[in-house]
Parts: sequence; structure tokens; C-alpha cells
Amino acid sequence: MSISTTRTISIPPGLAIAPQLPDLLRPVKIRRGFLGFLRNYPTVAIGGALLLCLVLIAIFAPYLGTVDPTALAPARRTRAPSAEFWFGSDMLGRDIYSRVLYGTRVSLTVGLSVATLATLAGLAIGLVSGFVRWADGIIMRFIDGLMSIPPILLAVALMAVTRGSVGNVIVAITIAEIPRVTRLVRSVVLSLREQPYVDSAVTSGTRTPMIILRHILPNTMAPMMVQATYICASAMIVESILSFIGAGTPPTIPSWGNIMAEGRALWQVKPFIVFFPAAFLSIAVLAVNLLGDGLRDALDPRMAKNL
Amino acid sequence: MSGPLLQVNDLKKHFPVRGGMFSRKAVVHAVDGVSFEVARGETLSLVGESGCGKSTVGRAILRLFDITAGQLVLDGQRIDDLPPGSLRSMRRRVQVVFQDPFSSLNPRMRVRDILAEPIRNFGLAKTSAELEAKVAALMDTVRLPRDALNRRPHEFSGGQRQRICIARALAAEPELIVCDEAVSALDVSVKAQIVNLLQDLQQQFGLALLFISHDLAVVEHMTHRVAVMYLGKIVEMAGRQQIFTAPKHPYTRALLSAVPLPDPGAARNPIILKGDVPSPINPPSGCRFHTRCPSVFDRCRIDEPELRSTGDGQWVACHLEAVPEKSGPAL
Repeated sequence: MSISTTRTISIPPGLAIAPQLPDLLRPVKIRRGFLGFLRNYPTVAIGGALLLCLVLIAIFAPYLGTVDPTALAPARRTRAPSAEFWFGSDMLGRDIYSRVLYGTRVSLTVGLSVATLATLAGLAIGLVSGFVRWADGIIMRFIDGLMSIPPILLAVALMAVTRGSVGNVIVAITIAEIPRVTRLVRSVVLSLREQPYVDSAVTSGTRTPMIILRHILPNTMAPMMVQATYICASAMIVESILSFIGAGTPPTIPSWGNIMAEGRALWQVKPFIVFFPAAFLSIAVLAVNLLGDGLRDALDPRMAKNL
Repeated sequence: MSGPLLQVNDLKKHFPVRGGMFSRKAVVHAVDGVSFEVARGETLSLVGESGCGKSTVGRAILRLFDITAGQLVLDGQRIDDLPPGSLRSMRRRVQVVFQDPFSSLNPRMRVRDILAEPIRNFGLAKTSAELEAKVAALMDTVRLPRDALNRRPHEFSGGQRQRICIARALAAEPELIVCDEAVSALDVSVKAQIVNLLQDLQQQFGLALLFISHDLAVVEHMTHRVAVMYLGKIVEMAGRQQIFTAPKHPYTRALLSAVPLPDPGAARNPIILKGDVPSPINPPSGCRFHTRCPSVFDRCRIDEPELRSTGDGQWVACHLEAVPEKSGPAL
């Protein structure tokens, strides 16, 4: 005699068994290691790869088939893209390909320097503002005042009182970007200060500098990194705008904004002069923003699995 | 080493509320004249509804802010006016376990470093080997595996995190632990485990607990004495038996009658209080409970009752209990 292990249940007529539901959420697969991290967050991978390409272009610009980006060739002005001039030549006969590649250096230098400097300065001011209550009112009113001026206008004004150089462009954009970081850091610090683990650290006898270093700073890092990428992107755009309107990088240095400014008059007849630097600027900003969006997801404390 | 471990005398904490630029400054009377004592090895529970100031009392004792008025005396020493330097060494003796086990632990620190922080700060271990041994012993004490030391808080469940919080509190070798709603965020089964753990630790180390809670079932299970707070004041304070079997203050009675019973068929006659808790910005005159008290009479609206002993260690702030010999009007 065999014992049936499965019993068939008679289904009353009119009653259908619900079909197997598909999994609404795919199981989250956590991959470990650096490559696993990139596969978990493809936007970080794409943005990072694009940015890496641009960095390599900037570093190895002299070895990528370029010629002197400032060499004039009046006889061969405004040539269309060809084997000789890959991206064409401008109205002074300079090779646009070389100029765009060298321009990458300016944009990345400005973007990365401004992101670093503005983040560090904003971090310091924001920490003081969040911890020293009496200074908070003064600092924040000053920051509000700075924020009431459009950043580009502020940068133009700052450039107007200094000489045009890449260094001055960096300083001007940094000053214009500091308020954003400061406000972010201050708000993060104020919310972190109320965290029970900070109170616990106080009752555990931890001194205030150590509380900032051990409990506050590490927890501001994630939003700071995300903010830094947005500032980097914004700085590259502002740098181009400043150069475009002639208030930024001096025209002797090839930067994307300068190339576009020079090609502006010929836009209707020779659009390639503006097109290539504009395309590079777009790609650079896109890369940095993708990286920022990806980092925002990856560093979200509610999804702290990879930290 | 005689006398109470902690004495709180007429503690007041007022928070200024900033209105708009042109509005009058208001003051929240979060705690308005609270006095009690905690003996060594004793559990005193502070109960009351949300916003009655019980957590503020706990945070004042932890010296997380400066108090408005009153005295805090720990083991015969005033701690409310200590300069920061001497306050730090005092902090070791009073530790805290907070309600939310998810935000009480720094998400970026390993359990090992979380537990080592108070030990290092208070210089409780001379060598790194001693530190390591102490940290490991703490894990044993709260019944967590030692190999969990290298993990970060997000890898633990709520109950396990609360054990880590308790271990951190114990790391400072305190005499008093303020449990601010320490089990309120936990599931019933986990809650029971943590309550039992706290009781065991109290036995083992002779700890005093200030147990701040709104969960009367847990309070009844583990406390020695209970202080009932309403709108920043203690309305009744007594031993567990007296509070739960013979509450005297009308508010305590209402609070106890609101406790859900496990037997659905049991006869209950809950005292339903009307209205909301008045604003602590502008507390009622006289007895603060008079706006909702079922047995209110004229005197309550003018005259504020003081917390008076009715014998047997029971203290009540109610005009009905003004003359202990003469029995008050039947409620």
C-alpha cells in the first residue's frame, strides 16, 4: 500500500486558484568589492568612466595627436573637420581638436579645485555655524546676503576686480559656491547634533572636538560628496560662461568657453567651432552629475549595506 | 555612603520658544518644580503621557542641558552647577539608554569602538589588553556573541542594538542608568528580554534605574517606586504596590484605568478624561489637572496643591488628600 504524500484538494466549482504572483521586487543582490559596487550602482560606473576618460584626456593632451593649440595658421582659417583638422580650425587657423583637448585641462582644474575648496571652506564654516550658536545668526545672515546675489553675477563682479587668470576664476567661483555648502553642512550638523548617539557620546565623556571628529564629520561625508559633484558640474559651467562673456580665463589660454566665444560670430556658417567644445562641456557636466546621482543613491544611510 | 544616590530638588526646566520676529517670547514650562530621590540599587519609574516632561527630567539629570532652577545632587555633590571639567568626571556615574535603538548608535562605528569610547574617555582601562578584555566582558554581560564586536550597528536587530546601548552604558561602570523609554520601541517578546536583562544587571551591579516610560505594564513588572507626572509636575509618587492597587490622585486613577487588560471579558470602568493636556506654555492656574479632573472643586482652580506625604511613603499633590486623617469625599 502506498501512502500518498500529497492530497489533492477538490476545488469547489467557480473558485479558481490564484495564479502564482510574479515577484514584485527582484531580490536585492549585494555584490562585494569595488567591481561589485560599480555593478550595484551603474550610474556611478558610467559617470565615473566618462570622468576618468576626460581626466586621461586632460593629462595626456600633448600625446593625443594634438598640435600647439595656440599655433596660428592664417592661411587655413575656418576649415571644416578633416583628416588634417579633426574638429576643424577656427578663424585664426588654430586646430580646434587640440584646443578642445587642452581646454579639458582648464575645465577639470576649475571644476575639481572649486569642488574641493568650496567643500572644505563650507565644511569649516558650516561646522562653526552648527556648533557655535551665537555665531550662527551672524554667519547665516552673511551667507544669506551672498546667496541673494546670483552666483554668475557674483563671479563676474569678483573677476572684474581681479586680473583674468585660472586661479582667480577658481577663487571667484569658490566664493560664489561656498554658501550652498555652508547651508547644507549646517543643516546636517544641526540634525546630527540631536541624534541620541551624540547625546550618548556626551554622557560617555567625549569632548566636543572629538564628538565633531568622530560622530559628526563622518556622517556629513555622504551628503558632502554628493554636493561636491554638483558643485564641480556647476563650476565647469560657470567657468565656461565667464570665459564666454570674456570675464574668465584669459583668451590666450584655450578653454571651452573661450573657444565657444570665438566661434560665436561664425555660428551660422561654421557651427563646428562651437559644437565641439559645447559637446565636451555637456559630456563633462553629464559625467559629473551622473556620478553625483549615483553616489547619492549609494551613500544613502538607509541603504548602508555597502558602507 | 549613606543617603540617596540622586536627589532632585525643585527641578525646573523652561524652554524659550521663539515666535516670529514681532511676537512675544513664550516659555514652555517643560518641568516645573519636580523633586524626588533615587536610592542606590532602586528602580524609580517616571510615568505620564507624552509631553508631561518626563524625558526632560531624564535629560536634565544627564546634564545634556543646563537647568533653569533647582538642584541636582548626586551622592551628596551638586552636579547642576559644575564647570565642564569636573562635570565630565561626574558623567561616568550616570549613563543613559535611549528609546530608539536605531539612532542611538553611530552607524559608522564598529561595536568594538562604540563600547571602547566610554572606557577610554574615563580611563577605565590601563592597557589595550585590558580594554579588549573589558569590551569582550561587556558583550558577555549583555549576552551578545563576542564575534559581533567587529560589526556595525545596521547588522543588528532592534533588540540586539538595545543590548549594545546597554553595554555602552555599562562600560562607564555607572551607578545610575536613565532608561528613557528604553523598551518602548521594541516588540513585546524582545521587550520582555530587555526588561529581564535590565533587572538582572540591576541585581548584578547594584544599579539604580530611572525608568522613564509610558508603558504601565512594564513599569508594574519591574519598578520599586513610581512617580506620576502631569504637565511638568509630579502628582503622585509611591511604591509600586500602592500606585497600582491604591492610587490616590485622580490623574493616576485615570491613567491606570486606561491600561489595556489582557482579558477581553473583564469588567472595566475606564475613567475617560475630557479634553487635551493644556499647553505647557500657559499652564492652568491652581492645580494643573483641574481642567480635566473628574472631582474638581473650587479650591483646585485657585490654589496649587503641594506634593504631601500621606504616610507609607506615598506622596500626593491633591486637595482631596489634604488632610490625611479625614477621608476625602468619595470619588
